Amino acid sequence: MNTNYDVIVIGGGPAGLAAACEAYDKGAKKVLVIERDKELGGILNQCIHNGFGLHYFKEELTGPEYAGRFVELVKQTAIEVKLDTMVVEITQDHIVRCISAKEGYQELTAGAVVLCMGCRERTRGAIAIPGDRPAGVFTAGAAQRYVNMEGYMVGKRVVILGSGDIGLIMARRMTLEGAKVLACVELCPYSNGLTRNIVQCLNDYDIPLYLSHTITNIIGKERVEKVIINEVDENRRPIPGTEIEFDCDTVLLSVGLIPENELTRNAQIVMDRRTNGAVVYENMETSAPGIFASGNVVHVHDLVDFVTAESKRAGAAAAKYALGCKAGGPVTEVKTGSCVNYTVPQHIRRENVEKGVDVFFRVNNVYKDMVIKVTSGDTQLCAFKREHMAPGEMEKITIPKVLLDKASDEITVSVEHQ
Amino acid sequence: MYDVAIIGCGIIGASTAYELSRYKLKVAVLEAQNDVANGTTKANSAILHAGYDPEPGTLMAKLNVEGVRLAKELCEKLDVERKQIGSFVLAFSEKEMDTVRELYDRGVQNGVPDMKVLTKEEVLAMEPNISDEVHGALYAPSAAIVNPWEFCIALAETAVRNGVEMHLNSKVTAIEKKDDVFHITTASGEFEARYVVNAAGVYADKVHEMVGGSGFHTIYNRGEYYMMDKSQGNLVNKVVFQCPSEVGKGVLVSPTVHGNLIVGPNAVNCDHGDDVNNTAEGLDFVRRLAAKSVPSINFRDSIRNFAGVRANSDRPDFIIEESAACKNFINLGGIKSPGLSSAPAIGKMTVELLKGCGLETEAKEQFIDTRKRIKFRELDAEGKKKVIAENPLYGRVICRCETVTEGEIVEAIHRPIVPRSIDAIKRRCNAGMGRCQGGFCGPRVHEILARELGVSLMDIQMDEDGSYILTNPTKQEVK
Repeated sequence: MNTNYDVIVIGGGPAGLAAACEAYDKGAKKVLVIERDKELGGILNQCIHNGFGLHYFKEELTGPEYAGRFVELVKQTAIEVKLDTMVVEITQDHIVRCISAKEGYQELTAGAVVLCMGCRERTRGAIAIPGDRPAGVFTAGAAQRYVNMEGYMVGKRVVILGSGDIGLIMARRMTLEGAKVLACVELCPYSNGLTRNIVQCLNDYDIPLYLSHTITNIIGKERVEKVIINEVDENRRPIPGTEIEFDCDTVLLSVGLIPENELTRNAQIVMDRRTNGAVVYENMETSAPGIFASGNVVHVHDLVDFVTAESKRAGAAAAKYALGCKAGGPVTEVKTGSCVNYTVPQHIRRENVEKGVDVFFRVNNVYKDMVIKVTSGDTQLCAFKREHMAPGEMEKITIPKVLLDKASDEITVSVEHQ
Repeated sequence: MYDVAIIGCGIIGASTAYELSRYKLKVAVLEAQNDVANGTTKANSAILHAGYDPEPGTLMAKLNVEGVRLAKELCEKLDVERKQIGSFVLAFSEKEMDTVRELYDRGVQNGVPDMKVLTKEEVLAMEPNISDEVHGALYAPSAAIVNPWEFCIALAETAVRNGVEMHLNSKVTAIEKKDDVFHITTASGEFEARYVVNAAGVYADKVHEMVGGSGFHTIYNRGEYYMMDKSQGNLVNKVVFQCPSEVGKGVLVSPTVHGNLIVGPNAVNCDHGDDVNNTAEGLDFVRRLAAKSVPSINFRDSIRNFAGVRANSDRPDFIIEESAACKNFINLGGIKSPGLSSAPAIGKMTVELLKGCGLETEAKEQFIDTRKRIKFRELDAEGKKKVIAENPLYGRVICRCETVTEGEIVEAIHRPIVPRSIDAIKRRCNAGMGRCQGGFCGPRVHEILARELGVSLMDIQMDEDGSYILTNPTKQEVK
């Protein structure tokens, strides 16, 4: 097929930038990044705090700095970028339809496509918090945009629901801008954020964390006036009589992220209900040959460094595909065993693995002194010890090729007590 | 001096304004809120009922059937989303089948066309996701779904284009009648009118009391809802009701004109006309009852909850009459369900009542009765190319979930009734109605509104006045 591009990358955030750079480095000549915002960098542009890049660059960067490094890399290549351009449809045969004010409605074709659309925040509606529906209830990311990019505060007295990382970061940010953060309220008996964020964003500012609590009522006609929280039982149902009332004008929600896969679904690509992302192979290829996906659109990551690494694999594989080298061969399905919520990848084509394959997953609770086991039928292929595991921290194991070759068409990743 | 002052611009006030705008009259609409359609009109089931529910012989029965007939043409001409998808009333026992047959008989008497009583097999063949427990159903193909706030906005805008004056932020606080002239005190000043139409919704009784009237009281009754993601939008193809029974009226499950699934409502009396809060109990009730009709609804795909207050009254029927206490004062009170369905017919009936009171109605030579909007996401490729070529703002997508462009938002801001809040834009363009609920597009709509209206970001409200979004610029001391 005569195509416009070797590789089209949808999304110019950290995933898209890394995928595009790698595809280019691996020989794809015509690479295009399509970004809906007016600049590259995605959500990193509003993450002005530091802590990015410790793994990948071995130094501590802010979000815009991290993005900036990749924007510079892109500039040194012949990678084409379309900004302010929204992809409205992709098809299984690699047609990408997009619109922009500058170029109008376009239909482009590519040898390979990489989906890097990122994720969105879960909202109040998704978790059905009872009460009034006044102004002053924001997702943490929307508040972050107002504060860090527009230069406006969204409230003075704040209660945060959820201890996801953005919520924790915003607890500190709002405090530094002069707001009073009264509480961070978490439904689970453990935090869902990174430990370092609990320490640096809550503990350092004496912001109380209410574990096993949730908001049971939001009060206020036009603007939030009050919030009621309750303790929850082991089934996460509010316990009557445990009400605590906070006078506040703002509620920030940090209650989870959802991969943004409308394009993926419309293209009939097979999805994983557990990750809300596409089912992928070892090289981040989806069920549609030549369409790859990486970053938060596949599964939500804690650290951008891991998004970069994953996206480089996707970019390299996309280049390879576009240059005519298609992956195939027998498939090993990765099953989830005890304590494991999901895995990425979900399928491994053994012939396509060089030295080993990285498998990412999350556990379903907080555990101490565990062992991760990879089994195939009755055979244990490998085991990895962990002192501490939590749902908020993504796990990674590498299964060596030599061991994988011993596996049948199915392996199981499980976590057990030592 | 106005010929007619209409108090309230929900669907009833807007229908009346639209009908009056046909004539050479000076008409003012006095709306308490900063936008039209901001009460019960924006928070209901969004159904144009077939008309088998009301007791034959009532105003409700007559106006419902007539209203949905009129709505069909109005929605086409005024570019309002409406889909005639038909409705089911499910029966889950033989006793409920009796109710279904009663409803059928009532429908026949009310003049509802083409109804059928279906067997279990017929129901499941048409709607495979309905519970296997179903015994049968009433099928009424004339029932439709509609965008209720758009319907109201369309009627109100068209009335304004035809010369009606719209006064927002004009809450009526007192009415005095002197020498056959009503002197109406509002938050935005004094108005004088020869006739008053009281379309104040849940507050119609309070407004009536201002002229010394009595005779009906609003009974506030709240209904709570789930709005589900479009991934659930195809679970059913029709409006799926349950039989009213001793445990309550039952909840409905229905697609919306936007492709979502609406689930609800419960029905609980409440203390105030603005008690539109959601409750844990109410939402539990809705989930439980909805699962009886459609067990596979996935409530994890909820995108929003909301509640509306029904304007029930202590009288069984709609109250559409001249006040007994005050001549030339027309009450449109107790407009509960099927109020939305009846609205176009209520507008026409109100004009007849005003004529009966002596209002002279001479038709205008020019009456605008059409309206057109660009809905970008509904255009085909050629249409998209064309509108972007004409106005590049249509090439910039602001709301990703609903594919709403800057062009549509800017166009809406410059229409006859100016939207000034984020939610007013949502009602006109759907921006923020999708699964991310404005998380992404909210700040962008905010910027566009401030820019187009020439105001500061700090001045833009979420919805009603007082629903401020920003508190202060950063890098300032918080007081």
